[in-house]
Amino acid sequence: MSGGRVGIVLVSHSAAVADAVAELARGLAGGGDLAPVAAAGGLPDGGLGTSSGLIAAAAEAVDAGAGVALLVDLGSAVLTVKALLAEGDELPAGARLVDAPFVEGAVAALVTASAGGDLDAVAAAASEAYGYRKV
Amino acid sequence: MSTETYGAAFAVRWMDGVAAAVEREAGRLTDLDAAIGDADHGANLKRGFAAVAEALAKEPPATPGAVLVTAGGLLIATVGGASGPLYGTLLRRAGKALGEAGEVSRAELADALAAGVAAVGRLGGAVPGDKTMLDALTPAVEALRESFAAARSAAEAGALATVPLRARKGRASYLGERSVGHRDPGATSSVLLFAALEEAAAG
Repeated sequence: MSGGRVGIVLVSHSAAVADAVAELARGLAGGGDLAPVAAAGGLPDGGLGTSSGLIAAAAEAVDAGAGVALLVDLGSAVLTVKALLAEGDELPAGARLVDAPFVEGAVAALVTASAGGDLDAVAAAASEAYGYRKV
Repeated sequence: MSTETYGAAFAVRWMDGVAAAVEREAGRLTDLDAAIGDADHGANLKRGFAAVAEALAKEPPATPGAVLVTAGGLLIATVGGASGPLYGTLLRRAGKALGEAGEVSRAELADALAAGVAAVGRLGGAVPGDKTMLDALTPAVEALRESFAAARSAAEAGALATVPLRARKGRASYLGERSVGHRDPGATSSVLLFAALEEAAAG
């Protein structure tokens, strides 16, 4: 079913960070019908780290057939998603690691996905968030 | 000896040996990591390889390649730190390179592990000299073409040579010059991998 919207997965070492960024993105994306976004933060036991199981479950939860954009914080979050994409079969077809700042990229990705943008458009919008300088 | 081949039981022995070594050395690995990282390397690898040993005991795969693919997948799934996807990719890629063969030669093992090390380099974007596990893995897989003992020695020398290096990858790179003078934890755990490989090959 290619009529669905792009799903977004937010991967952080911290469950609190991933959950809060998802909440922030939903809040800033405006009202209306938002694209699916899921948090995959920390380890299953609540500790800091990266869980491939939580990432795979989140990706499956938001996959509507139009692709899944994964945004990550740093270190093992980056490497785990890259390893799953390179060698594994744990992630749905059409899953992509998006090169973007975590918070700003999440907002841009959700706005774009909610407006019906395809995976290329969502990835581009999230990456463009790097271009917004603060000083 | 040069015509000797290695099967699934050998690969399981290797992974069990790594699990035992990591269990024994977890405190030392974590201490090294505390100096320049986030002090979780020992505990993370212990968790990962314990899961590997348990799964292999429960359902031993039929080929050495399948043993390594299973082990690599479990490391990615259970370690929780950067060493999980790195060691996981090393073993999974090497296992795939070994294919369906029931027995492999040391030369084939060296080729497969070289493919695994190349995949680790692509994954992390590091090269030898960056003060990472590649400083031990790269010379070790080269030396494995000579012998198992040479591979372990090369890993040890490579890990020792990380001490004066400045970290250019991972969390340690944030420390800049302050990472100099510390032995890299990932290169140190890579020595355990090749020491266990030598022991497993000895039978």
